[in-house]
Amino acid sequence: MISLDINGKNYQADVGPEVPLLWVIRERLKLTGTKFGCGIGTCGSCTVHIDGKAQRSCQVPVGEAQGKKITTIEGLADTHPVIKAWIKEEVPQCGYCQSGQIMQAAALLAEDPRPSDEKIINAMDGNLCRCGTYPRIKLAIRTAVKEGRKP
Amino acid sequence: MTRSITRREFLKTSMIGAGLTIAAVMTPSGLRLLSAEEAKKETLRALDPLAWITITPDNIVTVTVNKSEMGQGVYTSLPMIVADELEADWKQVRIKSASAGDEYKDPVWKSQATGGSSSIRNMYEPLRKMAAAAREMLILAAARTWGVPVRDCAAFMGTVKHIKTGKALSYGALSTEASGLQVPQTPRLKTEKQLRYIGKAVPRVDGHEKSTGKAMFGIDTFVPDMLYASIARPQQYGSEVASFNKEAAEGVKGVRAVARIPSGIAVCAETIDAAWKGRNALNVKWQDPKYSDMDTASLEKEFAAKLNDRGITAKNEGDAKAALGQAAKRIEATYVLPYLAHATMEPMNCTASVKADQCDVWVPTQNQTGVHNLAVKISGLKPEQVHVHTTYLGGGFGRRFETDVVEEALRLSRAAGRPVKLLWTREEDMQNDFYRPATCTRIEGAVDEKGRAIAWSHKIVCPSIFSRVFPDRVKDGIDPAAVEGVQDMEYEIPNLYAEYVRIDLPVPVGFWRSVGSSHNAFTVESFVDELAHAAKKDPLEFRLGLLKNHPRARRVLETAAGKAGWGKPLKKGRAKGIAYHLSFGSYVAEVAEVSVNKKNGAIKVHRVVCAVDCGSVVNPEIVSAQMMGGITMGLSAALKEKMEFARGGVQSENFHNYDLLRMSETPKIETHIVTSGDKLGGIGEPGVPPIAPAVANAVFAATGARIRNLPMKPETVLAAMKKV
Repeated sequence: MISLDINGKNYQADVGPEVPLLWVIRERLKLTGTKFGCGIGTCGSCTVHIDGKAQRSCQVPVGEAQGKKITTIEGLADTHPVIKAWIKEEVPQCGYCQSGQIMQAAALLAEDPRPSDEKIINAMDGNLCRCGTYPRIKLAIRTAVKEGRKP
Repeated sequence: MTRSITRREFLKTSMIGAGLTIAAVMTPSGLRLLSAEEAKKETLRALDPLAWITITPDNIVTVTVNKSEMGQGVYTSLPMIVADELEADWKQVRIKSASAGDEYKDPVWKSQATGGSSSIRNMYEPLRKMAAAAREMLILAAARTWGVPVRDCAAFMGTVKHIKTGKALSYGALSTEASGLQVPQTPRLKTEKQLRYIGKAVPRVDGHEKSTGKAMFGIDTFVPDMLYASIARPQQYGSEVASFNKEAAEGVKGVRAVARIPSGIAVCAETIDAAWKGRNALNVKWQDPKYSDMDTASLEKEFAAKLNDRGITAKNEGDAKAALGQAAKRIEATYVLPYLAHATMEPMNCTASVKADQCDVWVPTQNQTGVHNLAVKISGLKPEQVHVHTTYLGGGFGRRFETDVVEEALRLSRAAGRPVKLLWTREEDMQNDFYRPATCTRIEGAVDEKGRAIAWSHKIVCPSIFSRVFPDRVKDGIDPAAVEGVQDMEYEIPNLYAEYVRIDLPVPVGFWRSVGSSHNAFTVESFVDELAHAAKKDPLEFRLGLLKNHPRARRVLETAAGKAGWGKPLKKGRAKGIAYHLSFGSYVAEVAEVSVNKKNGAIKVHRVVCAVDCGSVVNPEIVSAQMMGGITMGLSAALKEKMEFARGGVQSENFHNYDLLRMSETPKIETHIVTSGDKLGGIGEPGVPPIAPAVANAVFAATGARIRNLPMKPETVLAAMKKV
């Protein structure tokens, strides 16, 4: 039995320690906001926070996630500045990659509340979007930065 | 705009329930509108009411959307049309995804499907007519309630008001009274000036759920008692199963069934990881690949060889051959384009449940009619026993018009006797696609002594999509997709000849965002640029000179050029290229500003300026987003994408060897909407075609190197630069 701390809640799953965290989160615990895109860590759709760092959950064996603090998109409040900015700038089209994009952006802003353009691009370059929402993602991150600066 | 409509509600609209329902049937003479009572008589299918618009006493307006939401915004734009014509308050509108059935077929296509950038074009008028009928019934209901003349009553934001006294009743309060009235068949539509939502940037209804992880895609389906399935498939086209270890797979903990289906050997298990473990345990050996020598190089050779075949004439105006023979200046170019994957971010998946008396399919599909027909066939049940549940689509781009994954899930549910959720891996998705066709095109053209284009002879070698998908639409051997954008090109060239050579290969082909225009715009717009150069003319001026009788084309070209600062000095090392294309009824011109790294051939696209004329606009934000998305996807193909083949099968596997455009490679994109007020054009696809030629033309302007092969990878550009 694997024990996981996700979004501040304790979850148990009867699963081998080698199974990728992604599949436990999605298919066992039904936290379906985290998406499967490639399975090899090249698209970023499955991004979650593990101890505050953005990680590709398809690349993390669930056994290694035990005892760590995991946050998925469901763990971000609707009032999170990144989510608010995403809605305001109308980023999503099909929407499938957006959980991963948001988790990546949220981790970036937690680490650096005022990232340069270059830093934004570096942080987001591992997250693919087939609909081509990149310009609006960039815009939304800047909006979230601005909102974050307000007292 | 409002939180109240951000959550899609799958209301169970009952035909017996109170309230006003506007239903519709297509008749040979057009759309006939029905009340709930009439609809009940009309249909035997109690579970599938004909309802399109339902207004209930709780003052909720439910709009049924018969199109799939795959990012293009139909869950917002189609209900906007209804809300506007109905004179409803947008806040009271809810959206319901249509089940599959004849009653929700597209009145133009006669099929329930989403594609061809046609949702608004095909649904605009029927939806307005239905909404106008409902509005008139609500007004009449109010007039009767108050005992006043109809002309003294007016609809305003979800209420009917008595003009003289100011008293008002909500649509909800009037809905029951209205439901007993005759449905007007020729209701009066609002005038342009009276429109409230159409043309406005109403925020998307799915923005909230797609920004919080709550939106439900196909992959997020869970049904009680379901199994997971995974399929072992051949790596080479046409190979057969030689052997597999059924017992080993069955021995994996959690595995419940091993089934042989046409596409491979499937394992059904209690968990996804058990299904994968079981699939690996199968250890399938394959034999007799039919095309083991086939690889990327051999395919390219076959296309090139086919250029020498005689094709079928698709267009013949004037005498291109004679004009080419006599011309002052004659040029020729050959263009080679690759197969492309759709690579929707959500890999193919489907959940199916086949029971003795009912069949359910949950699927992110662009093709409800196809799914429904297939499920009826495989389940052996009656059409009314089969229910198709359309989820959000994690990208479609034409791939989800295909029903291959649905067929597999249905067969597996039948075999396993339980509901089955079938998930493809990314590798399966990429290697079992219906690809955008590769093409090889040779164009010969000529300009006269005054620099005017006088002849164009075009030959395209291209696999046929339509012969598999819609064979009836292949006329005289011509696949309409293969020559779209060529046979209907608007350039006024007196001698124009186009020829199609069909090539049949093992690689399956299908609709890919903008279809034939995705390749033909590249060849046509590159060659126009080559002719302009031969004529020693500015590429914009040259195009405008060939479009004297095509004002819409001229206007988008002039707008894009103007906004991009065409002809103005640029930063050192930068250059601009322009291209225009008409597809799906919309005119799009794009100007790309690029620089090229002279050492390694890498192209950097700095900025793209786009002008689009789609006639009238329902939602400008969505138009702009679709242009941005089309340009990005088109640029991804132009710069990076190419399916590779080896040993008779697909070699590209995943994003490590078939990468898509990333943020660092994405330029600034600005879109200018030109509202001509002309006939509605589509918006999902037309952003794609002009970008590849705009970039190639800019690379030519920057380096003098003409890129005729896609993608424009650095090594391709470097090789072209060496020839200059």
